[in-house]
Amino acid sequence: MSILVDKKTRLLVQGFTGSQATLHSEQSIEYGTNIVGGVTPGKGGQKHLDIPVFNSVHEAVEEVEPNASIIFVPAQFCKDSILEAADAGIKLIICITEGIPTLDMLIVKKKVDELDVTLIGPNCPGIITPGEAKLGIMPGSIHMKGSVGIISRSGTLTYEAVKQTSDLGLGQSTCIGIGGDPIPGTSFIDVLKMLEADDQTKAIVMVGEIGGTAEEEAAEYIKDNVSKPVISYIAGQTAPAGKRMGHAGAIIAGGKGTAADKIKKLKECGVHIAENLLQIGTKTKEVLG
Amino acid sequence: MNLHEYQGKELFAKFGLPVSNNAVVTSPDDVLSACRDIGGDKWVVKAQVHAGGRGKAGGVKLVDTPEEAIEFANHWLGNRLVTYQTDSNGQLVSSILVEECTDIAKELYLSAVIDRGTQRIVFIGSSEGGVNIEEVAEKTPEKIIYEPIDPLTGPMGFQARKISKVLGLDNEQSKQFSKMLSQLTKLFISYDLSLLEINPLVITQGGKLHCLDAKINIDSNAIYRQPEIQAMRDLSQEDPREAEAAKSDLSYVSLDGNIGCMVNGAGLAMGTMDTIKYFGGSPANFLDVGGTATQERVSKAFKLILADPEVKVVLVNIFGGIVRCDLIAEGILAAIEEVGVSIPVVVRLEGNNADIGSDILAKSNAAIESLNNLEEASKKAVELSK
Repeated sequence: MSILVDKKTRLLVQGFTGSQATLHSEQSIEYGTNIVGGVTPGKGGQKHLDIPVFNSVHEAVEEVEPNASIIFVPAQFCKDSILEAADAGIKLIICITEGIPTLDMLIVKKKVDELDVTLIGPNCPGIITPGEAKLGIMPGSIHMKGSVGIISRSGTLTYEAVKQTSDLGLGQSTCIGIGGDPIPGTSFIDVLKMLEADDQTKAIVMVGEIGGTAEEEAAEYIKDNVSKPVISYIAGQTAPAGKRMGHAGAIIAGGKGTAADKIKKLKECGVHIAENLLQIGTKTKEVLG
Repeated sequence: MNLHEYQGKELFAKFGLPVSNNAVVTSPDDVLSACRDIGGDKWVVKAQVHAGGRGKAGGVKLVDTPEEAIEFANHWLGNRLVTYQTDSNGQLVSSILVEECTDIAKELYLSAVIDRGTQRIVFIGSSEGGVNIEEVAEKTPEKIIYEPIDPLTGPMGFQARKISKVLGLDNEQSKQFSKMLSQLTKLFISYDLSLLEINPLVITQGGKLHCLDAKINIDSNAIYRQPEIQAMRDLSQEDPREAEAAKSDLSYVSLDGNIGCMVNGAGLAMGTMDTIKYFGGSPANFLDVGGTATQERVSKAFKLILADPEVKVVLVNIFGGIVRCDLIAEGILAAIEEVGVSIPVVVRLEGNNADIGSDILAKSNAAIESLNNLEEASKKAVELSK
């Protein structure tokens, strides 16, 4: 088993004919992902990468029955694209795009919750179940089917965790990048809940970073609800206060959201800490015994 | 992005929120007419910089004569104001806000932020104003109220009454506050704010609510759709290297160490800084060169890093995912030649075709240490920085 995506996932790509969407769709197809259609308004009826293009998500749903959608459209159109997919009845939406206005996400988040849609991202690498399906921009080659579930706010740090767990022969069940924005569609807790219930997952790696209190909230949740070992690394131990470190959500504001606070809380709640990013793999192996 | 107090008050006035009669001056020559236009016999002069703590640093003064105001302007205009929120160089004062003096009966606190926990705009109010709100939150949490606004309904009358109670307002003031709350929410949404703070919000001797300060931050992701705000940008208040980086679409934050860092991905960039520190070194910057790490971007990144005279060595850490490492290696070499890098460069390439990439770097004539392993690369960079 795995969570959210597998070989049966029928994927729709929104913003399909753009250069990024094209590049990553090719890579996903090569990995074995079943892309059933794409959407680019105005280009309906064409074929792209030998796959049908539609003018709207609703038309695509009618014709090719996707059950997940990945979004590559520019930031200013993401609110519309996410809500379009949700309105068309798609229950799993992955938004890769970075730079969506926070107030747009405030509305989007309320709406997707209301419609019981799982939104992953925005500003994220996507989701992969090794050996089954890749819905995102991560390099497929570093992954290996295995027992570690990975959740992260950062793209390239996820790749580090993946590489290290692959090199040590542990492999991954499912890896999800929840994204670096202040209001993510899916939280650490949402994913922890799914990984706890997944048989294939034997340990969970949670990669956090400075800003907000998502890691602290996850720590509380883990203490009472997660029986599997959780290993965590928090980036930004040397980050100065008040500066946005690339990600919109990575900022220490009013003395809150420091790496030290997060690490302390995680330790108190029984989470294993990788002090350094180099130790994510070895720490996981050590904990699994 | 931040606004100056006077810009914040312009927006307040536009939304019908009570602010003092004021004028902005950029030359001491304009102070006298500003005082006369405002009228009265007492004025407050405030240095305009993007930082708090101005009062304690001498950047705010109550004056009884226009001459005193001119003296204040002569002293501060063109000078730098250092407060506990700035670095040791302080911020350039290029304008001064002259305001009519307000008779204060009581100082309160009011702010609005996008709260990540509740995923709502949340108003924060306190009966303790004019002081550091974090201290109030720590010592007397009962004096603070957090009221989240439902995006569907906007602020409701009962919420205004709840906050009014904590602020200690009477009936009339509570009615005035209810209108303010609605207008502040409209302002917050219209301009894509991420923070709005009025510290202090005061009750005047006449019993009216009045906004004595205005601090406004705007969501950087939304600047594209805020032309009015774009025109308010004051580049003199921003770190010049950070502003330059932003133009090239790179995320850069300067730090005080001597190991320049160039990394793809924000999380990995922070992780690399942490790793340098872990092995006893000190990072000179945060820099996310982006997922593609093309020659053009790498060149710009090198230029930014080398503009910092403290930098003794550059650590390049690239996790090549979709982009092949051999292409990245060629880009790095071309950039080093183009920019003319004369200090040692340590490169760690990982991912797709990493071996070929490292080979290309090793065979070049440039002063590059190429290591596939981040631990060794970090240790090497730290060693070269000593």
